[in-house]
Amino acid sequence: MSLYQGVDFYNIDELLTEEERLTRDSVREFAEEKIMPLIAAHYREGTFPTELIKPMAELGLLGANLPEKYGCAGSSDTVYGLICQELERIDSGIRSFVSVQGSLVMWPIYTYGSEEQKQKWLPKMAKGEVIGCFGLTESDHGSDPAGMTTKAVLEGDEWVISGSKMWITNGTLADVALVWAVTDEGIRGFLVEKGTKGFSTNEIKGKLSLRASDTSELVFDSCRIPKESVLPESDGLKSPLSCLKQARYGIAWGVVGAAMACYDEALRYAGERIQFGKPIASYQLVQRKLVNMLSEITKAQLLVFRLGRLKDAGKESVEQVSLAKRNNVKMALEIARNARDILGAAGITDEHQAMRHMANLESVYTYEGTHDMHTLIIGKKITGLGAFT
Amino acid sequence: MNIVVCMKSVPSSETKVKVDSDGVSIEQTDVVYEINPYDEIAIEEAIRAKEAHGGKVTVLTLGPSTASQNIRKALAMGCDEAVHLICENVELADSSAVAELLSSSIKEMEFDVIFCGKKAIDCDNHQVPNRLAQLLDIPAVTAIFNLVLTTESGSAKREIEGGTELVTVNLPALFSAEKGLNEPRYASLPGIMAAKKKPFEERQVSLGDEKLTILSIELPPPTAEGRIVGEGPEAAGELVRILREEAKII
Ligand SMILES: Cc1cc2nc3c(=O)[nH]c(=O)nc-3n(C[C@H](O)[C@H](O)[C@H](O)COP(=O)(O)OP(=O)(O)OC[C@H]3O[C@@H](n4cnc5c(N)ncnc54)[C@H](O)[C@@H]3O)c2cc1C
Repeated sequence: MSLYQGVDFYNIDELLTEEERLTRDSVREFAEEKIMPLIAAHYREGTFPTELIKPMAELGLLGANLPEKYGCAGSSDTVYGLICQELERIDSGIRSFVSVQGSLVMWPIYTYGSEEQKQKWLPKMAKGEVIGCFGLTESDHGSDPAGMTTKAVLEGDEWVISGSKMWITNGTLADVALVWAVTDEGIRGFLVEKGTKGFSTNEIKGKLSLRASDTSELVFDSCRIPKESVLPESDGLKSPLSCLKQARYGIAWGVVGAAMACYDEALRYAGERIQFGKPIASYQLVQRKLVNMLSEITKAQLLVFRLGRLKDAGKESVEQVSLAKRNNVKMALEIARNARDILGAAGITDEHQAMRHMANLESVYTYEGTHDMHTLIIGKKITGLGAFT
Repeated sequence: MNIVVCMKSVPSSETKVKVDSDGVSIEQTDVVYEINPYDEIAIEEAIRAKEAHGGKVTVLTLGPSTASQNIRKALAMGCDEAVHLICENVELADSSAVAELLSSSIKEMEFDVIFCGKKAIDCDNHQVPNRLAQLLDIPAVTAIFNLVLTTESGSAKREIEGGTELVTVNLPALFSAEKGLNEPRYASLPGIMAAKKKPFEERQVSLGDEKLTILSIELPPPTAEGRIVGEGPEAAGELVRILREEAKII
């Protein structure tokens, strides 16, 4: 089987800078050679490939778009998007790991943390020596995080945290959890280190999606942490939501990678699979499926390319990010389903990628704001009328 | 230690090569150029030599202006400086003319070690490293899979018919890389960012006398489709019949 070449029907490559192309190609090579050979086995076992953390850190993929001053690569947001695309081309679980580490833990420490916190955490996180997780969702508060019940109370020199967080990516793996809790002054972010008394985690078992990713529950039983563990600049629900905006941006790019992988696989298979004496790619119905895939991928690529340029200029709005996440995840999910269809029975095993991507994308459809919540965010923007609070 | 590594951009091994209408060159549309895989090994060896002994690595390319992205990649991997001898249509150029241009550029530099790939995968000539060493009047050890380098000498292993040859040469010397010498690193993001600021000299050059002329290029004839005559021992009879009556081999 020949090497994956990417999908670029509209010469979008020409719009990228040399730096962007070099990064994309480097990550693509790495992903193909180092991640692809291990992913199916990890997926089957339900384990995250921790052996990839160091090599990914050495490539500079963790917190890539944060400044060099903190040991990061200082790259553009478009570069960060391309990294997500290439990682998710292999598996959404790997991209999720990088999204959480970079966008949901390093970015908030960089944005809402004290200089001391930045110095303490960011260089180690860029090197992959410290892994982070982001605890916002609770079992009873998913789309409605404002209703969270996890509390933090200041007692002398310590915060006391009580409550629990659910569906937390990297939860068990993490050395430090960024936990959002209600205080007297509203919702604030806290850094809780692994091993702190009163803090425990339980890995969620039985997942049929994102199996090569750690998803856990975080439990805080009167967990006491130093007063300085709060992110000093965090202030209300808008702080965690601003983190989600960063991560959603990466998802909008990432799922293009998953879609490209499924299209690539379906196209090759259709060319080789003979039924009724001819390759199935020669039949009109199959061609239409393939053309629809290419058409949707091309639109999605242009969408994130433009979003990347807006974000590099600091001009992207919450709703623009929502539109890209909503459109592209849906697009990728449909393409994965169609690719699975074209592969017939062969498509249901893990020898092929389509079904793994399909199952993964069901999570991506739900996390970081469900598809429908993004509909409502954009709906509110264009009508001026909120369908949720 | 001053190290020079010679690098060529070649059509990616995935390219479906098409012969141009002139019959003596390759069609350029849709061709993606990458660093010649053997040169990538040479680059890695050069960077490792610098990491062990200090000094700097200069990457030298003779090629069209489009080769610059691959030169930038070499800088991103860890080379320190680049010299790009710009000349269009040198892909299939005569190796002696190529070696002449490379050697005159290298003669302007200080060097202790030169690394090359053992061959470029586009025209497979295996010529440039030896010719280059000859022109520079230094020893060359070609197609090496192992190298122990000191500041004075290099001991290199190469595969020969039925065994391994160990060759020790004094520096300055040239080594050309075979697969297995090392595993080239990926260009990291910080490396890519840093590459933007590294010295990158571009110079227009033209090929001298070419001693070799390509008369024509042809694709190999398409292989005929295979035929399955059956499975297991039952198929043997039919196979023998075909070999005897149709193929007339036995
Ligand atoms: C694999 C995985 C990893 C995750 N990782 C993290 C993590 O690292 N950190 C973290 O904090 N969270 C994480 N999550 C949680 C994720 O963000 C939530 O699952 C998501 O926000 C949805 O919440 P919910 O599951 O409670 O669904 P609900 O909010 O209960 O939604 C159920 C359905 O109701 C719909 N709905 C809800 N409200 C409305 C409304 N007002 N109008 C119309 N429809 C509505 C939704 O669209 C959805 O279809 C993860 C989830 C998964 C599956």
